[in-house]
Amino acid sequence: MQSPGQLELNRRDLLVSTAATVAVSAVPAAAQAQNSTGETVQTTRIKLSVNGKPRELEVDTRTTLLDALREHMQLTGTKKGCDHGQCGACTVLVDGRRINSCLTLAWMHENEEVTTIEGLGTPETLHPMQAAFVSHDGYQCGYCTPGQICSAIAVLDEIKAGIPSHVSGDITAAPEATALEMRERMSGNICRCGAYSNIVDAMTDVAGRQA
Amino acid sequence: MKSFSFERAQSPADAAAAAARQPDAKFIAGGTNLLDLMKLEIEVPTHLIDVNGLALDRIEDTEQGGIRIGALMRNTDLAAHERVRSDYGLLSRALLAGASGQLRNKATTAGNLLQRTRCPYFYDTNMACNKRQPGSGCSAIGGFTRQLAVVGVSDACIATNPSDMNVALRALDATVETVKPDGQTRAIPIADFHKLPGDTPHIETALEQGELITAVTLPKPLGGKHIYRKVRDRASYAFALVSVGAVIQPDGTGRFAVGGVAHKPWRVEEAESELSRGAPAVSQRLFADAKPTNENRFKLALTTRALASVVEEART
Repeated sequence: MQSPGQLELNRRDLLVSTAATVAVSAVPAAAQAQNSTGETVQTTRIKLSVNGKPRELEVDTRTTLLDALREHMQLTGTKKGCDHGQCGACTVLVDGRRINSCLTLAWMHENEEVTTIEGLGTPETLHPMQAAFVSHDGYQCGYCTPGQICSAIAVLDEIKAGIPSHVSGDITAAPEATALEMRERMSGNICRCGAYSNIVDAMTDVAGRQA
Repeated sequence: MKSFSFERAQSPADAAAAAARQPDAKFIAGGTNLLDLMKLEIEVPTHLIDVNGLALDRIEDTEQGGIRIGALMRNTDLAAHERVRSDYGLLSRALLAGASGQLRNKATTAGNLLQRTRCPYFYDTNMACNKRQPGSGCSAIGGFTRQLAVVGVSDACIATNPSDMNVALRALDATVETVKPDGQTRAIPIADFHKLPGDTPHIETALEQGELITAVTLPKPLGGKHIYRKVRDRASYAFALVSVGAVIQPDGTGRFAVGGVAHKPWRVEEAESELSRGAPAVSQRLFADAKPTNENRFKLALTTRALASVVEEART
């Protein structure tokens, strides 16, 4: 078994070798290097903003936004659940819209603004949605919670922006933040502990204060 | 996931030419379906052509009184567009019945058209699948078929098209606009866009190598009531067992397409003339050549009932 130190060294070696490749390569978007198993790996440099801070990374072209956040920027608040867009644990906000960070590649977000759970509030000054989840017990194990909170904030924004949903009676009218609307809109976030009713209560609380 | 290089396309014609130069290349827009399949190594492109910068994300009016929808318009934006909500409610309804809020924020019009089947045997790389590996056989036939196709099937494939949007586009007589690698453009009627499986289930659309979808056009609005009825195993975020997308006029005439029953959105124009005789008569024409299995025969009755409820809703 490798020690963490060895792993770190290998990653640094790879970065050094890929950086050298970049310097001599004429390929515009990606550079080639070999990893320790001899497989050819394509890497690229990306610039994006995460929680208001500019970040610059060298990543394998296969790196999802989720893995870039967790493995490259150590922002492990965003969780990997299914890694296939089915559970919503990886939900983050990109330019203000919620997406599954597991189903998008890091390099597709050049110059975009990513907001994760770490960028919403601090332990001392929670985001109103974080505070509402705490006061309404909107979680048990907490694994899905960062994704639930990011999604919940975006859901209230979507309702405010007048975006209709599957349960909207009249899709030409402005939707309202009813429990039915919020439940439908939150269906892409799975909670295996079953905190759903408390999550709706937390969202209702925040929606009421916004109104 | 296999390693790949990528480029950012500068124009639709450049993107198509780049794809034609590299047979193993794929266009990527929202990526919600492609990346899922790449993780499973069902899709193994060696090069991705990012088309997100092509500014094909707008709706404009056409001279014929209809609309032209940019290929890159996100499902959320298309469903929420004022003109779509008021004049093409069926399309809004179908989009909103599909996927989750997160996925609709990324998924594009063109990507939804090209969404691949959710047949579990296509997804399981340990199983034979003529669609995934031409000539390997079909594990679905004789397997677990509850969710699979009942009509238009072949001995090679019984997969369904999973898209809700495609059902609406078929009922609304959409046209798919494309650009080819040589720069030529063409317009493909939606009826001809998706293929039945036949002997070549891996060929799913009329698109040629490198051909890029640039827009979808809809003819002038039909009026009438726009209804999308989706029947599924849970109330939200699930693929349809069956769905009916319909536009019904005040006199009871109308048009509709059915999802979840075939390799393409299923529309039989002759069946629409039976609407005045009630849902069972319509269904008989719709499924005249159906070949259901014991596990999915229920889809015939379910479609008949969904149709009846759509007709009923249109009356109120």
